[in-house]
Amino acid sequence: MATGPGADKTTVEREEGSRLADRIVGFARMLRRAGLRVGPAAVMDAIQSVVTVGIERRDDFYWTLHCTMISRREDHALFDAAFRLYWARRDEREEAGNEDEGEEAEALREKKRAGDRRAEDALDEERRAIIKKRPEFELDARLSFTAMEVLRGKDFAQMSAEEVADARHAMRDLVLPFDRVATRRFRTDPHGARIDPHAMLRASLRTGGDLILPKFRSPREIAPPLVALVDISGSMSQYSRVFLHFLHALTEKRRRVHSFTFGTRLTNITRPLSRRDPDEALEEASQAVRDWSGGTRIGTALGDFNRLWSRRVLGQGAIVLLITDGLERDHIEILSREMERVSKSCRRLIWLNPLLGYEGFEPKARGMQAMLPHVDELRPVHNLDALGDLVAALAAPARGGGLARHFQRAHMKGGRNANV
Amino acid sequence: MSQPSTRDLPQSIDDTLTLLTEGGYVADRALATVLFLSLTMQRPLFLEGEAGVGKTEIAKVLAAGLGRRLIRLQCYEGLDVSSAVYEWNYAAQMIEIRMAEAAGIHDRSEMESGVFSEKHLIRRPVLEALESGIDGPPIFLIDELDRADEAFEAYLLEVLSDYQVSVPELGTIKADEPPIVVITTNRTREIHDALKRRCLYHWVDYPDAQRELEILARKVPNANATLARQVVTFVQKLRELDLFKAPGVAETIDWATALTALGKDSLDADAVSDTMGVLLKYQDDIARLESGEGERVLEIVKAG
Repeated sequence: MATGPGADKTTVEREEGSRLADRIVGFARMLRRAGLRVGPAAVMDAIQSVVTVGIERRDDFYWTLHCTMISRREDHALFDAAFRLYWARRDEREEAGNEDEGEEAEALREKKRAGDRRAEDALDEERRAIIKKRPEFELDARLSFTAMEVLRGKDFAQMSAEEVADARHAMRDLVLPFDRVATRRFRTDPHGARIDPHAMLRASLRTGGDLILPKFRSPREIAPPLVALVDISGSMSQYSRVFLHFLHALTEKRRRVHSFTFGTRLTNITRPLSRRDPDEALEEASQAVRDWSGGTRIGTALGDFNRLWSRRVLGQGAIVLLITDGLERDHIEILSREMERVSKSCRRLIWLNPLLGYEGFEPKARGMQAMLPHVDELRPVHNLDALGDLVAALAAPARGGGLARHFQRAHMKGGRNANV
Repeated sequence: MSQPSTRDLPQSIDDTLTLLTEGGYVADRALATVLFLSLTMQRPLFLEGEAGVGKTEIAKVLAAGLGRRLIRLQCYEGLDVSSAVYEWNYAAQMIEIRMAEAAGIHDRSEMESGVFSEKHLIRRPVLEALESGIDGPPIFLIDELDRADEAFEAYLLEVLSDYQVSVPELGTIKADEPPIVVITTNRTREIHDALKRRCLYHWVDYPDAQRELEILARKVPNANATLARQVVTFVQKLRELDLFKAPGVAETIDWATALTALGKDSLDADAVSDTMGVLLKYQDDIARLESGEGERVLEIVKAG
């Protein structure tokens, strides 16, 4: 960016210009390697914008590239880091090879990965501690021991490869729920309840205006957004992995499915899951998630969801699927409060609990008891049948009822009256 | 106003910054850069940010500063073509048909052109925005796009790519000169990438303390200087807490106005708790501040 002293100015400028364009293309390539989506159109825009704005000021240059190459706030941090790395190093080393952006992207990713690994290591320890503690669950100890055995036997993930493939197929073939909410848009409908003046006049002209016959319309219906919150803590991870397959199948067929995972932290995996190929999608999703099989803090995770995401994804009558075993030991108050907030912000809150798959299981743990009053439905999710039932349940219009009410009535002491 | 009502588009980023400042909008350089680019490249400006950070205001200031007409399309769920783009005046059309009958016109095409003629067309914001006034193309503000459903978003994509609208009975209506489009969203849902890609994206963040103080000085000029400083520090501290809804600039302005109206020239515990409802809109947040955190923040503010 330093102009050559003396020399023929126009040539210098032209040369500088095309070099700058090359550098911008290189920068875009680096961003892409670091995982941002920067299309060729964006690069063209960026170059044109830089020509318009000029490069006299570094912050102008920064924001020019920023507004043309970035279209999500989440990408800001990565852009910022990349910008510093790419455009600062150039100043330092005047003439190095210009095909070094691969290295730089690699360095950027390497940094991220190292961070991941550290987090993973930390989580590993936590997980071990939790596994050790496991027998102390407030579940009936006898039941829980045999139950865990049964659970392993039924693990989706421990099915043979063939069985898993079958399960996936079955999941893809699940007929998706036909739940619908009315919008304020209209479609023509001979049995509709409202007059459609536009259609009437158009039709009347067919008869030369002699007849103006009534036409009707009715509200159009669409599938409401679906938000899945998947617990991926150690006790849940086997189910969660399978459930992600199910979510992927859903995401493919239905609009507006948002997926989050939580363990010790909340991660949005909607974008990774939207890849077409299920293996790729899941691979990408698990890379995005940093706390597979760690501990779980349901209350705080829900709190994060409420604060950061609920307003963004729970609009327009969303249904929330909460997949967790509800084995929260501490912070029951937080859990209860955040559950209430989630419940009040969505149209329907369905809790999927794999533990329900056990014969005779009853949600007595304190965490579960704190969550129960706020859910509309409680369902098992431990095998394919359960998933099939879930799909059927999504289609059912009922709010309330189901197992949640049953358990509440049976176990909340002096609990509320439930009409089943 | 003594200055001419219309004004040319700004020629540089500094020009843009001046334009905004003259309109009473205290902007940072990042925003001015994006706005300048959007004006020169004739690309829609896509502003995203929390509620109350002044997104809508940008379009208003721009319209006033450039002396252009401001056409505002407030989005909501179920927004459809008849309320966003155009509608026919059915009553007038029916009269037209009867008149034609009375006059003995039975030629179909003649009648059709009479019934579906431009005089019966009710123009809604999108169609209006395609018409340049004498002072140039208008500012087209599409407010809170996240509230509209995806169907409308897809339609908008079409309008914004060609700046034309087709009315089946009338034909295609094309803008002579594309309007200056400003889109705002509060992120209650994600807007599709395809639409974003056509726009210049900018995240409007909360201002820093110094800029917020400047905003207060402009918007609430009669507020005491100490009060203004304390209000800004207090609000900035609140934004650091993990509240369910952090106060925006609009709330800061409201709060300073409220405190000034109450005759306060500095913050005290009573004043804060009496007027907390102006600043925070969720009971959880208010309860949290009242349980001690508010006093702690106040102490920090007073010490600073």
